[in-house]
Amino acid sequence: MTIILDPTAERNVAQRTLLDRPASLAGKTVGLLDISKPRGNVFLDRLEERLADAGAIVRRYRKPTFTKPAPVDLRHEIATQCEVVIEALAD
Amino acid sequence: MSASDAPLPDGIVAVVKRDCPTCVLVAPVLVDLAARSAAPIAIYTQDDASFPSGVSPIDDTQLAVSYHHEIETVPTLLRVTGGVERERIVGWNRDEWEKFTGVAGLGGDLPAWRPGCGSLSVDPSMTDILAVRFGGSVLHARRVELASLEDEHEALFDRGWTDGLPVVPPTEARVLAMLAGTTRPPDAVVATVPPNLEPVTVEKIAINAVMAGCKPEYLPVVIAAIEAMCNDEFNIHGLLATTMPVGPVLIVNGPIRRAIGMNSGVNVLGQGNRANSTIGRAVQLVIRNVGGGRPGGVDRATHGNPGKVGFCFPEDEEGSPWTPFHVGRGFDASTSTVTVFPGEGPRCVVDQQARTPEALSMSLAACLRTVHHPKLPLGFDAILVVAPDHARVFADAGWSRERTLAELHANLQLPVAEIRRGVGGMAEGLPPGVGDDGGTIPKFRDGGILLVHAGGGAGLFSAIIAGWANGSTGSQPITKEITP
Repeated sequence: MTIILDPTAERNVAQRTLLDRPASLAGKTVGLLDISKPRGNVFLDRLEERLADAGAIVRRYRKPTFTKPAPVDLRHEIATQCEVVIEALAD
Repeated sequence: MSASDAPLPDGIVAVVKRDCPTCVLVAPVLVDLAARSAAPIAIYTQDDASFPSGVSPIDDTQLAVSYHHEIETVPTLLRVTGGVERERIVGWNRDEWEKFTGVAGLGGDLPAWRPGCGSLSVDPSMTDILAVRFGGSVLHARRVELASLEDEHEALFDRGWTDGLPVVPPTEARVLAMLAGTTRPPDAVVATVPPNLEPVTVEKIAINAVMAGCKPEYLPVVIAAIEAMCNDEFNIHGLLATTMPVGPVLIVNGPIRRAIGMNSGVNVLGQGNRANSTIGRAVQLVIRNVGGGRPGGVDRATHGNPGKVGFCFPEDEEGSPWTPFHVGRGFDASTSTVTVFPGEGPRCVVDQQARTPEALSMSLAACLRTVHHPKLPLGFDAILVVAPDHARVFADAGWSRERTLAELHANLQLPVAEIRRGVGGMAEGLPPGVGDDGGTIPKFRDGGILLVHAGGGAGLFSAIIAGWANGSTGSQPITKEITP
């Protein structure tokens, strides 16, 4: 029998259950995060129109650079101000 | 293992266990000794903290004293002065005990002699437990038992711990040997590794270095590289996540290159040298296994490049016409350093005709201009690896590192009119609103060309290793001193 040492961080990422999908976006605050990729704003502008048509209140956010994770303050701002998050990466 | 890990009191020390009939037999003798011996007597008990009764036994049920003082038999008597063992006897032998303790008339009703029993600390069932408890106590990683019928290489693949190539199984013995390559304590935290932001200890780096195939003397280079990468400036998180084909490229400078047998000559950027090949690989295994950065997960590279298995090379300082690369970055020549650069695979520059530095500089600049796109300025750095045959052209003309770089930058001023979007039938280029006043824009920012001398002695070539988004919005090359 061989015994080896675990090369990983030995921590399992916590599993969190997703919230129930809202039946409607009407009246819900939806955050849209621009990751600062070129022309991402064009896409998000259109998305904002569609969401507004569905009755959602849209808030826009922007990362300083797409190459780095969003600053913790920005993440907190989004989490406290929005009820719904659409997560996506443009490329 | 060291006796100093379990200090003993001066006087006579006895080690016993209740499970030993000879120890039970001599228990009254120990009580008698405690009363009559001129020297203080300390009795350590291995299996029952209340044995022997009538004295005050010292609990050694964790076997630290027994293990560190290599007790093989119980009972054992030790004579200790100044904290150091001077003499020992084992088992029960009345004449020996009387002579050893200087107390006459011991155990008059006992047989004259009885052999002792095996110490619990050498019991075969305890060997592995004690090796971990004491000898392996520096190791904190989870132990993973592989079944005897399990192929250990397949087992490591199955657990997702390899980069697609076989790894050396990181046994405790191998990891302990690897740790001898550094003076840093195994539990010292070196960095926080993205993307999962996991603290990485020297031990975890050593485990991955074993897997990569490193020798212990390479470990300080791996540790310094991890330190250089895991910070906001170098931004290994972004480098890992990007769709561009880049990974950490390591340049090693200073005396450690020779000390650990790195290759800066023929096939310097290729395979075949253990240090070159495994140091970069160890770094990438740390990112994968500790940080959790895996292709298809956070690593979203469109193509990647073969150097992402590991890319590390030293500068040929001895054959270089220039000051060493790390001296240009503010270090003493006698200091060993590793520089991390966010780079793709190398491409070759061929110029077999240039005999003047001006002509060669023009050729190199023309090729450097194409980094990522000939119409994109300022966004990317590049390493220029000049081989000896090309370097000689500069050396013969007396061009210093600074002069060579200045001439390259001068030849890399791009006329705005040539690089606007749409020019030359290419949509890519300067966006409207940038450079509207005409003139030129530099291809590279100041310091954006990293000039390194390396390669085999024949071949009028250089190599370009293009970078990734540079500066504060991307990645900044970082140089760290390599310390033992």
